[in-house]
Amino acid sequence: MQKLLNRIAVSVRKSPVIWAIGVLLLAWLAGRARQNPVLFAQFLVDGIRLGFVYALVALGYTMVYGIVRLINFAHGDVFMIGAFAAFFATTRYHWSFVPAMVLAMVVCAFLSVVIERIAYKPLRDAPRISALITAVGMSFFLEYFTALNFVFTPNFIVFAPQPLQFKSWNVLGVTVSNIMFVIIAVGTICLVALYYLVYRTKLGKAMRAVAWDKPTARLMGIDVDLVITFTFALGAALAGVGGMLYVVAYPQIRTFLGVMPGLKSFIAAVFGGIGSIPGAFIGALTIGMVETLAAGYLSSTLRDTIVFSILIIVLLLRPTGLFGEAAKEKA
Amino acid sequence: MQKPRFRILGQSWRFWAMVLLVFLVAQWIVMPRMSDFRKTAWIMFPCIMAILCLGLNLIFGFNGQFSLGQWGFYAIGAYASAIITYRFGARVSLPVEGITLQLPDLIQKIIPVAEMELFHFDAGKAGLLLLATLAGGLLAALISAGFGYVVLLRLGSDYFGIATLGFTIIVQNLLNNSDKVIPETKGARGMIGIPPLTSFFWVFIFLILAIVVLRNLLHSSTGRAIVSVREDEVAAQAMGIDVLKYKVLSFVLGSFFAGIAGALYAHLYAFLSPQYFGSEKSFDPLIIIVLGGLGNMSGTVIATFVWAITLEGMRIWLPMGFEAYRFVIYPIALVLLMLFRPQGIMGRVELGFLRATKWPRRAGTAVPAAPDVGTETAA
Amino acid sequence: MKRRFLSLIVVVLLLGIVLSGCKTATTTAKTVKIAVVGPLTGAQATFGEGNKNGALLAIEEWNAKGGPAGYKIEYVLGDSQCDPKAAADVAKKVVDEDKVQFIIGAVCSSETIPIVDYASTKKVVLMSGTSTSAKVTVDDSGNTKKYAFRACFIDPFQGKVMAGFALNNLKAKTAAVVLEVGNDYIIGLAEEFKKAFEAGGGKVVVYESFVKEDTDFSAILAKVKDANPDVFFVPTYYDKVSLIGAQAKQKGITSVLLGGDGWDSADLDTAAVEGGFFSNHYHPGDSRPIVVDWIKKYQAKYNKVPDALATGGYDAANLVLAAIDKAGSIDPDAVVTAIEGISYDAVSGKITFDAQHNPIKAAAVLKVQGGQVLYEATVNP
Repeated sequence: MQKLLNRIAVSVRKSPVIWAIGVLLLAWLAGRARQNPVLFAQFLVDGIRLGFVYALVALGYTMVYGIVRLINFAHGDVFMIGAFAAFFATTRYHWSFVPAMVLAMVVCAFLSVVIERIAYKPLRDAPRISALITAVGMSFFLEYFTALNFVFTPNFIVFAPQPLQFKSWNVLGVTVSNIMFVIIAVGTICLVALYYLVYRTKLGKAMRAVAWDKPTARLMGIDVDLVITFTFALGAALAGVGGMLYVVAYPQIRTFLGVMPGLKSFIAAVFGGIGSIPGAFIGALTIGMVETLAAGYLSSTLRDTIVFSILIIVLLLRPTGLFGEAAKEKA
Repeated sequence: MQKPRFRILGQSWRFWAMVLLVFLVAQWIVMPRMSDFRKTAWIMFPCIMAILCLGLNLIFGFNGQFSLGQWGFYAIGAYASAIITYRFGARVSLPVEGITLQLPDLIQKIIPVAEMELFHFDAGKAGLLLLATLAGGLLAALISAGFGYVVLLRLGSDYFGIATLGFTIIVQNLLNNSDKVIPETKGARGMIGIPPLTSFFWVFIFLILAIVVLRNLLHSSTGRAIVSVREDEVAAQAMGIDVLKYKVLSFVLGSFFAGIAGALYAHLYAFLSPQYFGSEKSFDPLIIIVLGGLGNMSGTVIATFVWAITLEGMRIWLPMGFEAYRFVIYPIALVLLMLFRPQGIMGRVELGFLRATKWPRRAGTAVPAAPDVGTETAA
Repeated sequence: MKRRFLSLIVVVLLLGIVLSGCKTATTTAKTVKIAVVGPLTGAQATFGEGNKNGALLAIEEWNAKGGPAGYKIEYVLGDSQCDPKAAADVAKKVVDEDKVQFIIGAVCSSETIPIVDYASTKKVVLMSGTSTSAKVTVDDSGNTKKYAFRACFIDPFQGKVMAGFALNNLKAKTAAVVLEVGNDYIIGLAEEFKKAFEAGGGKVVVYESFVKEDTDFSAILAKVKDANPDVFFVPTYYDKVSLIGAQAKQKGITSVLLGGDGWDSADLDTAAVEGGFFSNHYHPGDSRPIVVDWIKKYQAKYNKVPDALATGGYDAANLVLAAIDKAGSIDPDAVVTAIEGISYDAVSGKITFDAQHNPIKAAAVLKVQGGQVLYEATVNP
């Protein structure tokens, strides 16, 4: 605690203007909150819901980046496939919530492993930018191929009937729904499970070792390729869950579904410090909250400007994001 | 140098004669035989795109700063110049009566026009376009100088890429709302009423200028400093090179190219909509320069034309009912090309006068053409 | 080295000449070539599909009847991706390469404007079924573009209709309005609704806008919930209103949803807009034979109920073809004159054109109840 306070004090001394702006912003926000506390609480609740969905996708970005230093642009589209898998499972085959979610996870994991094997693995030793271009290519391919008439068609689909019976409650004027609780619960479970996996198991240790230093990890007898594949599968499975939860909350499915949430989640991962798991989570919650508050109090059409400006400012203050490790940044 | 020789922008008269020849052949022999679609989509637009990509290649290919902001500066240049010509386009006019040649039948077989108009143009409009284009470029350069200085000071590699991607998205979002401040842009509804002033002459001139300026820059000591920053920042700094200065310099110059390209685009298509300047397309220039080979000027120009001709050509070549397959084939081709030729179409091979000829050639040390950026491999 | 550069130039030139080999379009005396343009790929492709299906069905019908004025119709498709640059390229391609005489479509206004601008220079007549921006048919200085028409509403008439309906039939006092920036149709409806509603003594308590890419509307909806208006006017297309409606229901907003003809679609999420009203040109229970026939034929061919965009495409194609039939030739000027003087009984009502090439038609107010769309009232302009 003492350390943290010290760090803040140093930071305030270093850049007083930015802290002043930050404090003013918070004060302004508090003023708005006092005017209409119910509305403010509603914004917060909605922001948290959005943030948890972003978090599930952001984790995939962050893990893959941490281990192979690749911005996996196809991740948002894997998220879309997860939504479709959940949709077909629940509406066509009448599966219930949990099996549908497991299916979405399996389908996404499988797809992601296939993409990794085809498009990224052969380029392990090529310049990094080549893999980035294939990632963009795979993203385009997934979006446009699935929009063909014999695949999913370009039409959007209403996600109904829902795997969950929708219920909502009014708590002191703030509307909360069972969907929100499910999103938060599933998100928390996934996060805790992931945390346990990465920091408490042998496999997790191998992942961290590969992320730290591949040649040495290989010398220590770790199957680097297998670990990388597993990381892709794990990230994609979380994206599958995220995809399903996203369309439960926003019940409309189309093949371009993943573009914007993918971008926002990616930004969230960067915001929190790409490569860091708690960072991705905090970043996603912040982005979700900032989006909702910006749209609510400032301008719903300038929302993206506000979110991305904040991103750039945070990057300028902390070049590797909130929780990023500076040591990893080369050059 | 023994004799003072005739040189413009460091190039001999032979070079400029060749440029003139290429221009005349294209203008009078090739272009009249092409449909409007092919003229625009296969010749003029790729020229504009090549200027844009050369700018990005300077930033990323030669200087090593991963940028996705090129598209945003392109938008800024387009809108800035369009606002100028929109305001003054109707008022400025100064027609120059040139000569009109009646062509004999025999020559008409080669030059398929009956009358050839020489020096027949509107000097006022040409001047306005030139002014607007430079203004577009300068505004883009100005904004990039401010943005670049602040951001490059703190961020490098991927984080710089992300910040610039954010910049592109912010520009699009602001353009969507711009009608509240600048009514003539009409915000998200799209800007109409831009005079279509861009002709093949202009895109050709600007492309050649871009190539020559970039080539001269890279073959100078400044260029070597720019490349050295890409190769190893620490070593460059140790050699007394002001790393930040050269980063900002190439970023500003690259954005200037983007602004010029944007201005030419605005007056070619004569309609601007923020829809076109979205983040999805911001990857196009990046894709092109990687396809052509990073840090390779001839590769960039060739790749631009290959990219545009294939992508737009598929509109003609694909049978009816398969229109939607254009964007299925394109990413597949892209991925395959990257898998089999990760160093790009041209790799390290520069063509013609773009090659580094000033230095004695040692085995494989063509200096500016070494795309070693990002060879810090993925695994 | 110089030689290699020269040879490169020669190769490029040869390539250029080979590529420039002109396609000679042999249009025999009795064929008319029509391009159906719209987004077939990209995020808006769902709208392009409807437009294309509707237009192709009309073309098929006319061909089966022997074609307008005896002309056999040939068609080409163009993918404009809802992107102004792609649209300009497509316009040049269909006009200059395929030598079409007429263009049906383009869906987004941002793609139709550049298409019109090019097509007009080549005297190609364009009829859009869905582009609502005023600038599609009128240029920057306010002159009507001679060769451009549209078959959809743009007049803010519907906004007035819905405001009157809210005030008189629903006895509403307060209203919330949301709109999408960049869509003239939605802006026009929203503005007119606000004006008419306030003129009638009502109060607009929330007036918010969003951008096309948005899917999360919780901030706007929280404000609506907080203000708790009697009616909630959402004059967007069916995709957005389905999302907004669903999220509004989740939020527990009980205001009555109101909208325009953009809601009309089989894909409208009726559960999300349950209890809402919208204005439209026709309704599925309409007994006019052309409506009955259209729905039946569309279902038989594409196995789904037509939406507003399919209807727009169908009407647009029918109007052009009927005008050709009436003019008896495919001369663009003759066809333009024929369209200007036409009074055509289209699916979306009896259509005549005003001086700015916009259609004049009546509106019906429909109600969404129990998953079905029911007829409520008819309002004439």
